[in-house]
Amino acid sequence: MSKAIQIRGLRYRYPDGTQALNGIDFHLDAGESVALFGANGSGKTTFVMHLNGLLRGEGSIEVCSMPLSDETLEQIRSKVGVVFQDSDEQLFMPTVLEDVAFGPLNLGLSPDDALTRARTVLKRVGMAHALERAPYHLSAGEKKRVAIAGVLAMDPEILVLDEPTTFLDPPTRRDLLTLLRSLPQAKVVVTHDANLARALTTRAVFFDQGRIAGEGDVIELIQRFHWEYS
Amino acid sequence: MHHLVIDRWSRGSSSLHQRDPRAKLAALLVFLIVLSTTRPAAQWAFAAYAIMLIIAVHSARLPILGLAGRAALVLPFSATFALLTWWSGDTLRALALAEKSFLSGMAALLLVATTPLTGWTAALESWRAPRMLILVIQFVYRYLFVIAEQAQRMRWAAVCRGSHKTGGFRLATGLVGVLFARSWQRADGIYHAMLARGFRGRFVPAAPAPFRAADALFFSACLAGCLAVRILL
Amino acid sequence: MHIPDGFLSTPVWATLDVVSAPAVAWVARRAQRDTQDHRIPLLGVMGAFVFAAQMVNFPVGPGTSGHLVGGALLTVVLGPAAASLVLTAILVLQALIFQDGGVLALGANVFNMALAGVAAAYLSYRLWGQASRSGAIFAAGALSVMTSACLALGQLLISGVPMTGGVFWASLGLFVVSALMEGAITVGAVRAIERLNPAWVAGPQPASSRTVAGVALAALLLVVLGTLIASVAPDGIQRLTGQGVDSTSWPQRTMGGLAGIAMIFALCYLGGKLKSRRRSA
Ligand SMILES: Nc1ncnc2c1ncn2[C@@H]1O[C@H](COP(=O)(O)OP(=O)(O)O)[C@@H](O)[C@H]1O
Ligand SMILES: [Mg+2]
Repeated sequence: MSKAIQIRGLRYRYPDGTQALNGIDFHLDAGESVALFGANGSGKTTFVMHLNGLLRGEGSIEVCSMPLSDETLEQIRSKVGVVFQDSDEQLFMPTVLEDVAFGPLNLGLSPDDALTRARTVLKRVGMAHALERAPYHLSAGEKKRVAIAGVLAMDPEILVLDEPTTFLDPPTRRDLLTLLRSLPQAKVVVTHDANLARALTTRAVFFDQGRIAGEGDVIELIQRFHWEYS
Repeated sequence: MHHLVIDRWSRGSSSLHQRDPRAKLAALLVFLIVLSTTRPAAQWAFAAYAIMLIIAVHSARLPILGLAGRAALVLPFSATFALLTWWSGDTLRALALAEKSFLSGMAALLLVATTPLTGWTAALESWRAPRMLILVIQFVYRYLFVIAEQAQRMRWAAVCRGSHKTGGFRLATGLVGVLFARSWQRADGIYHAMLARGFRGRFVPAAPAPFRAADALFFSACLAGCLAVRILL
Repeated sequence: MHIPDGFLSTPVWATLDVVSAPAVAWVARRAQRDTQDHRIPLLGVMGAFVFAAQMVNFPVGPGTSGHLVGGALLTVVLGPAAASLVLTAILVLQALIFQDGGVLALGANVFNMALAGVAAAYLSYRLWGQASRSGAIFAAGALSVMTSACLALGQLLISGVPMTGGVFWASLGLFVVSALMEGAITVGAVRAIERLNPAWVAGPQPASSRTVAGVALAALLLVVLGTLIASVAPDGIQRLTGQGVDSTSWPQRTMGGLAGIAMIFALCYLGGKLKSRRRSA
């Protein structure tokens, strides 16, 4: 089976000396969904930032059989869509529609095509009613939907979500889960939410201090690391 | 917060809301210039300007008292100088000072209460305002609320832990320092989010809306009205 | 001090709009050249930061408190061009949305705070930064506020806003107090920021061009002083420039004042040229 992502021996040290990743081997099959677990500060976000080359550590990264390098960076960024944990950082344009059109415009679409695509995607995530609204007027759940729309508008093959349900109430989580399940892309989901992981993924990876401490079936892994508090 | 109310107002659908931002901005400038050059003795002219504004507010279906209250924010400053002028024996001039600053504030407020930020920044840009300035304005506005809220939360956290007893200058500088650090990190995060969506070092501008006959008509009416008042009264 | 509309006479606001518009365009080009587009989110967030930091109260004595103005802080952190641009953006938003400062008076407010204020901060930091860093930052904060406030006062007076001697001196006293406060707050804030991450604050430039900075700062302060003198005693300046003495209509007074400023500036500029030529010879 072809690999969507293949990573070997990834290490990363922040400029202040923190060794955040310490030899990570990871792969994602095409169309597969994987959950990333791990304590706060175990390096999950740092890892996610490597998947589209925002951070560049040592080791080899291949996305859709392309090694990540300066030449392939742009292409890889359009294939790997990252939804950040803090929606306020992701939604920086003055209106929802403009924000979602930001990516397609960068891809070189004409303004009209970009806006059309943005409208389509916003409809897809159920935010068609908020086109002209400013991002700071949205609720946390709505912000997350728009952030996802902004990434979907780039038409990625792999979706990466960093703690998508943090700050959301249970009904909003449920709605978001329904939305995520309906998206066909391969997914890497960083989460502390065992329910979300079980519903969305089959395989899981457990991070501990910048290494992978365990890997396997999501239900088995949740039990092995006691990753539920009830 | 003040600007959130204005933001909500600006998303109305009256005919004034629908006019092209360029027409409204130009009309605002005409109004302000005419107002600024009106002699203090022409008190009837000031009444006419006020009526023009009231008609505009009414046609925009905005709450007149709410707008007037916000425009009155300039009054403490103007009133101080108006009093000084009055003491120096020039009653008419004192009155005109207060009237001019209040009506100007009201007119500016009317523009932003009928035009979303993106509208008037696009108008400024089409008049060759530096693109970098426009982008910075949009970013400041976007994160105003986010960062102010953060500052507020930090202040509350400090108060909850008894800052009124021990706090002082050092506490305040520490607060500003941490606020700065968070802002800096947030800017980094935003930049990463931009890169993740294919940003290549240049913002791609969206196409401007067309300037319609109704917009030209609106501007001409404003121009004619202002000039008529200025010359006749 | 944000000047609302209705206070400045037409020649004053019009002149300053005409002066400030190209200056801001130049500053924007500089900022774009010095930095890349990737700093746009940083500049914007820093503008929002200044707005928020202005809400933090600094107790400076029993029952009194001040707050950060921020021009000098931005100059030290972002450099002069970016600081000017950010302050201009803040002033535009304040004028249109917060009714803080007028729209026609925007040119005046931008000139006073975003251009002259930042220039004063930048030159102070550059001039004294090597000798004593804290002292330089203090001076940057104090002089930037003093410059902006005195220019605003001068413009109001030139515009014919009447002011008794008592009020005039009281305002100057108030300016001095707020200038000292801004100096102290800026030093405190920069130190706190450096403790968190020293890389955020750029060090002062090497002292190679200190003469230029010194002359430029002196020129700037003389212009400020000149504006004040011209606005208080326009007749004296008129006599100096050989214009009619007894006409007191405000356009002429304004012209007299502006001519005075131009003269002082020209003198300073020539002085600087001569001095630097002597150095290089
Ligand atoms: N910008 C940064 N500079 C320095 N250290 C950082 C930075 N971001 C994260 N770290 C450190 O790297 C480690 C991993 O962080 P992170 O990837 O955010 O973990 P997680 O997402 O799993 O909570 C932590 O020790 C954290 O303190
Ligand atoms: Mg994280």
